[in-house]
Amino acid sequence: MSEIKLENLEKSFDDFVAVEKSDLTIQDNEFFVLLGPSGCGKTTTLRMIAGLELPTSGKILLDNEDVTFLRASQRDIAFVFQLFALYPHMNVKKNLAFPLKMQGFKKSEINKRIEEVSELLRIQHLLNSKVSSLSGGDRQRVALGRAIVRRPKAFLMDEPLGTLDAEFRELMCLELRKLHNDIKATTVYVTHDQLEAMSMGDRIAVMNKGKIIQFGTPKDIYLKPKTKFVGSFIGSPAMNFIPIHHPVEKNQNKIVINGENYDIPQSFGGTNSPTNYLGIRPEKMFLTDKKGIPGIVFGSEYLGARKILTIKSEFGNFKVRVSNQVNARIGSNVKINFEPKSAIVFDGTTDKAIESRYIKLN
Amino acid sequence: MVDTSRSPTESSGFSRKLAALIIIIYAVVTLIPITWIILTGFKSVTSSITYPPEVFFEPSLEGYVNLFTTRTRQSQEYLEALPPPETWYEELVRSREMVIAGPSKFFGRYANSLIIGFGATFLSVFLGALAAYAFSRFKIPLKDDLMFFILSTRMFPPIAVAVPIFIMYRKIGLGDTHLGMIILYTVVNLSLAVWLLKGFMDEIPREYEEAAMIDGYTRMGAFFKIVLPQATTGIAATAIFCMIFSWNEYAFAVLLTQFNAQTAPPFIPTIIGEGGQDWSAIGAGTTLFLIPVMIFTVVLRKHLLRGITFGAVRK
Repeated sequence: MSEIKLENLEKSFDDFVAVEKSDLTIQDNEFFVLLGPSGCGKTTTLRMIAGLELPTSGKILLDNEDVTFLRASQRDIAFVFQLFALYPHMNVKKNLAFPLKMQGFKKSEINKRIEEVSELLRIQHLLNSKVSSLSGGDRQRVALGRAIVRRPKAFLMDEPLGTLDAEFRELMCLELRKLHNDIKATTVYVTHDQLEAMSMGDRIAVMNKGKIIQFGTPKDIYLKPKTKFVGSFIGSPAMNFIPIHHPVEKNQNKIVINGENYDIPQSFGGTNSPTNYLGIRPEKMFLTDKKGIPGIVFGSEYLGARKILTIKSEFGNFKVRVSNQVNARIGSNVKINFEPKSAIVFDGTTDKAIESRYIKLN
Repeated sequence: MVDTSRSPTESSGFSRKLAALIIIIYAVVTLIPITWIILTGFKSVTSSITYPPEVFFEPSLEGYVNLFTTRTRQSQEYLEALPPPETWYEELVRSREMVIAGPSKFFGRYANSLIIGFGATFLSVFLGALAAYAFSRFKIPLKDDLMFFILSTRMFPPIAVAVPIFIMYRKIGLGDTHLGMIILYTVVNLSLAVWLLKGFMDEIPREYEEAAMIDGYTRMGAFFKIVLPQATTGIAATAIFCMIFSWNEYAFAVLLTQFNAQTAPPFIPTIIGEGGQDWSAIGAGTTLFLIPVMIFTVVLRKHLLRGITFGAVRK
């Protein structure tokens, strides 16, 4: 197994820059997730690692070997496609044997490996079936099998669960994770679904508009988003943002909203931008009788032990995650406050978080 | 009363029956000439030229015997002096006061048709598939113009360029050769093959060949092992169209072939019996000529039916 390193990788299609100079190291045995909205360049990045797309500039290192311009077939990497791409004119067994045949394995060795893999993925009973007769989940398993059977240096997966229905996706998430724990192969997984990314990844890289914006553990990315985009993209519901119409100074530890002072973590940086944003996670907000931002309860989603209130205020809608004990009828007037410890100020011009006692950049 | 037993989108029993009737009438009308020529092949020479034409007649293999042999007329005394005939066809020929002089050229012409027909079909489909794949997958400068250019070769009847081709072929020694005819028919077929196959190739998701390339195959390997098998439908449909054209082509064959590479179409109508065209031999020759292309079409038919509606239903 192996380490994948991207150095200054860039890809443009004619005038359009799909991936801007990116550096990334994916460690050995890691389950690495590339997360971003559609069109952010995550699939292009993955395809460059696979060798299906050549970079405009930059380098790709696989185990310290420069593979930037090697053919896909020479990289010893497996790829799981969103639409599985099982060869429709072959049965399951032949699909699994296909990559092995090319490598010149003996028949007995091929059969042995197919047996191992089909046992691991519980698809023994499907070996003689036609691909077209399989359900989505089974196709997914066979596609994984075809990737695993070669024992490649790394697995690349392009939204492999995207076409499965919700219930099955959850199960496959768990299975994929378990599979990774069993075979410990370096995996790069592309998805636009932040829940998938959070639940599966050892580390996540968040991409937007061709740039890698932040990478770290799911916890890091959730709690300490380095840009407003990450805060709004990660988390369900997303982070709340309160606009602040004045610059932020160094060492500032209070902020004025609606003429009242609120505590924030002491800032180490500052910005001259006239408008900035205070970002707060929904679970760090609460309803209060004392000082708070006034609003009207607009919606309430019941989620068992908790519920999510949508509160309309002059600053826009806020999502507040509260215990379901909290009584808030739709249409009633409430005041909301937040826990100061984890509030993050984002520069309204650069979109970046301002360094503080709570969050450090780099 | 509204009949609720059928779905509203289904046609009613009456209109279906009417449709079937029209189809049957059409089929009969189109089949009459073919049936007639097949029947003529089984008539005796005299019966084939009787007027009014005989619908019921005594079947004879004279046409087939005449097709495969050349014969000479002999006097009664000469025939009586011969030892008794050894085969049924010798007997048949002698009953017409003739003896077999040797085999006819039909077998050779027929073989030429097979070589040129299948050769041109294979080459058209093979080159067409490669070109169609390239057009379907790669960024090619002026792609649309090139595709139009390829199609434009079919915007005039091929025979319009017969004279330059005739002169060119004579100069470079391709006249009356198998290779020359194969190349010529391939050129004519290629535009159809490229256009038809490109449609099919466009329908095949790239992921399949990408998966094969990741699995260790070169692009060429992926093309042959993964793309081509999935384009079977298109290949079959294209092959049938190419085969029918190359098999039936008459004008170029008359113009460019004489001895060595003459195909069956220009040969069959020239079969001369005593006192003009030997219609029963022509009927026999036409019947045999129909067989290969019919077998070819029937074998590929199930692909053809799906193929003509290509793009209509997503896999």
